[in-house]
Amino acid sequence: MSAPVTSPSETFDCRVAFAEELSALAREDERIVAVCNDSVGSSNLVKFQQEFPDRLINVGIAEQDMVGVGAGLALSGYIPFVCGASPFLTGRALEQIKADVAYSQSPVVLCGMSPGMAYGELGPTHHSIEDLSWLRAIAGLDVVVPADPAETRSAVRWAAHANRPAFLRVGRFKVPAVTGDRPFTFGAATTLRDGTDVTVVAAGTMVSRALEAAEEAAEQGVSVRVLNMSTIAPLDEDAIRRAMTETRGIVTAEEATTTGGLGAAVAAVVVTERAPVPMRLLGIHREFAPTGTTAFLLEHFGLTTGDIRQAAIGLARTDA
Amino acid sequence: MLVADPGTAADWRRFRQEFTDAGPERRREMLRERANQSRTADLHMIGRAGLGHVGGDMSVLDILTTLFFSVLRVDPEKPEWADRDRFVLSKGHTAGALYATLAAAGFFPTAELDTFAGPLSALNGHPNRVKVPGVETNTGPLGHGLPVSVGMAVAGRLSASARHVYVVLGDGELQEGSNWEAAMTAGHRRLSNLTAIVDRNRLQQGARTEETNTLDPLDDKFRAFGWDVLEVDGHDHLALHEAFTAPRGDRPTCVIANTIKGRGVSFMEDRVEWHHKVPSAEQIVTASAELAR
Repeated sequence: MSAPVTSPSETFDCRVAFAEELSALAREDERIVAVCNDSVGSSNLVKFQQEFPDRLINVGIAEQDMVGVGAGLALSGYIPFVCGASPFLTGRALEQIKADVAYSQSPVVLCGMSPGMAYGELGPTHHSIEDLSWLRAIAGLDVVVPADPAETRSAVRWAAHANRPAFLRVGRFKVPAVTGDRPFTFGAATTLRDGTDVTVVAAGTMVSRALEAAEEAAEQGVSVRVLNMSTIAPLDEDAIRRAMTETRGIVTAEEATTTGGLGAAVAAVVVTERAPVPMRLLGIHREFAPTGTTAFLLEHFGLTTGDIRQAAIGLARTDA
Repeated sequence: MLVADPGTAADWRRFRQEFTDAGPERRREMLRERANQSRTADLHMIGRAGLGHVGGDMSVLDILTTLFFSVLRVDPEKPEWADRDRFVLSKGHTAGALYATLAAAGFFPTAELDTFAGPLSALNGHPNRVKVPGVETNTGPLGHGLPVSVGMAVAGRLSASARHVYVVLGDGELQEGSNWEAAMTAGHRRLSNLTAIVDRNRLQQGARTEETNTLDPLDDKFRAFGWDVLEVDGHDHLALHEAFTAPRGDRPTCVIANTIKGRGVSFMEDRVEWHHKVPSAEQIVTASAELAR
C-alpha cells in the first residue's frame, strides 16, 4: 500500500463535515432528528435548526434529560443524534448512556463534540479525555473516533443507518485530511501506510501525526505501519494480531487517558496472545492538564509527531 | 423475548369490554379484584425469589391495574404496535408489580412469574425491554423514566400520533434532579400527550420522604414547572381512571396519587421496613387471605 498524500498545510474542523452530513441525511430521511443541550452553536447545528426547526430538540443545559429524551425518540422510531460537548455528554449523563441507551438497546447516536483537549485553556473541566475509557467499559455501545472530515462524514452516515447505540467523537481541533477515499468501515482498522518494523495504532487527531512520524522514521531506516483505528469498540483484533506477527512492536497514540481507551484495548489483545510484542502507550497518564492551548497540551503530554516517531524508532531498535 | 399468552390476552380483552359496558360500582369492583389478584401473585413471586420490593409493589398496583385494565391503548399480542400508548415504570424496583400486571394482561404466560429473579430469567429484579414485552425502556436507577418519556412524547408530537405517554414515578425518586430537567422540558414544550403519575406513599427506602428531603408542596412544584396537576386517592380505581382519562389542556398532566406503601396487607401498610423485606411463608398466607376478602 502506498503512502497517502497529506497536505498538513490545510486542516479542518470535523464539526463542519459532521453538520453538513447530518443535514444531508435529514433531507433524505425524516426520522433523523438532533437533540442538544444549548449547544446549537458549538455543535454546529445552526443550519440544521434553520432547515429543520421542528427536528432540533434543544432541551437546554440538561445533559441527563438530553440523553433520556434521545432514548425516548429512538425507542419511538426516530434516529436521534444527541449532540453535546463531549465532557458533559459523557460525564454528566454517563448513567443515562449506560441504562437508557446501551442497556435498553435504544439506537441513539451520541455525538461527543470537541473531545480530547480541544477546549485547551478552558481546562480539565472542559477536557474529555476520560470518555473513551468510560464508554469502552459499557456493553453494547460502539465507540467511534473519526480521523478527518471525510471519515467523519462516512461515520455519521454509517451511524444513521446502523440501528445500534453508538458514540461518535467529533473533533474540533483542526486536522489534515488523511483517509483519502477510504470510507469509514465499522469495526475495521484502516492501514493508511504499510510497514514492517513497527505498527502505530492511532485514532482521531493522532492519525495525521502518526503518518508524519512514519514518514520521518522511514528517513531513518525504520519502516512503520500506520493503522487508523477509528472504531475503538468493538476493536479490530485481527488487525492487532497481524501487526504482532508482521511487525515487531506496537505504539498506540490517542488524545485520551491511557487507562482504558485505545492503548488499553490494544494491550488487552497483545498480552493475551502467545507471543506478545513490546508496546508504548502514548496518551495522558491519569493527569489533569495544566493551562495551555490544545497544541501546547498535546506537546506537553508527548503526543507530537516527534514523540510518536521516537517511540516507534525506540521499539524498532529494541532487541526482542 | 417472552411471547404473549393468547388465552390470557383474550380474557384481558373481555375484561376491557366488560369494564367499558359496566356501571361505576361494577367497574370499581372489577379493578379492585384484579389488583388484589396481582398483589397475591406478586407476594408469591417475592416469597419464591426471596427478594423484591413488596412495599412499593403493593403501593403501585392499583395504579398499574387501572392503567393496563381500563386505560392504556395497547395490545398484549402486538407489543410493538407503533401507535400504542407508551407506559414507563420509572420506579423500576417495583418490577414485580409490573410483571404480575403484564402477565395478567397476557403479555406473557403467567407461569413465567415463577421464574422471577431466578438464574437467567427474563424477569430480572428490574425490567428489561429486550426480554419482556410491554416494557418500553429499562429502568432501575431512579430518575430515568421521565426524561425518556418526554422523548417519547416529543416523538408522538413529531409523528402527529394520538398515542399518549404514561410514566409512573416514585415519590422518593423525585429527589433525583434529572426529573426536574425533564419536567422543565415537558412544561416548556407543552407536552399534553404526557401524564406523569407520582406514587405518593411518602416513604422511601429508609425513612419518610418529608424527613429525608422534603418534597411538599409537590403539586405547586409541578405547577411551577408548567404542568396541570390532579391529586387523587391512589387506591380509588375510579378516581384514578378519571384522572388518567380526563380531558387535557395544552400542558402535561401530573397525577399525584396518594398511596399507602404496603397497601392491602395490614401488617405492611405504611411501615418503612417493608420497603424490601421478604415476607415469610406464613405471612404470605395471612396476606393472601386479607387480599381475598
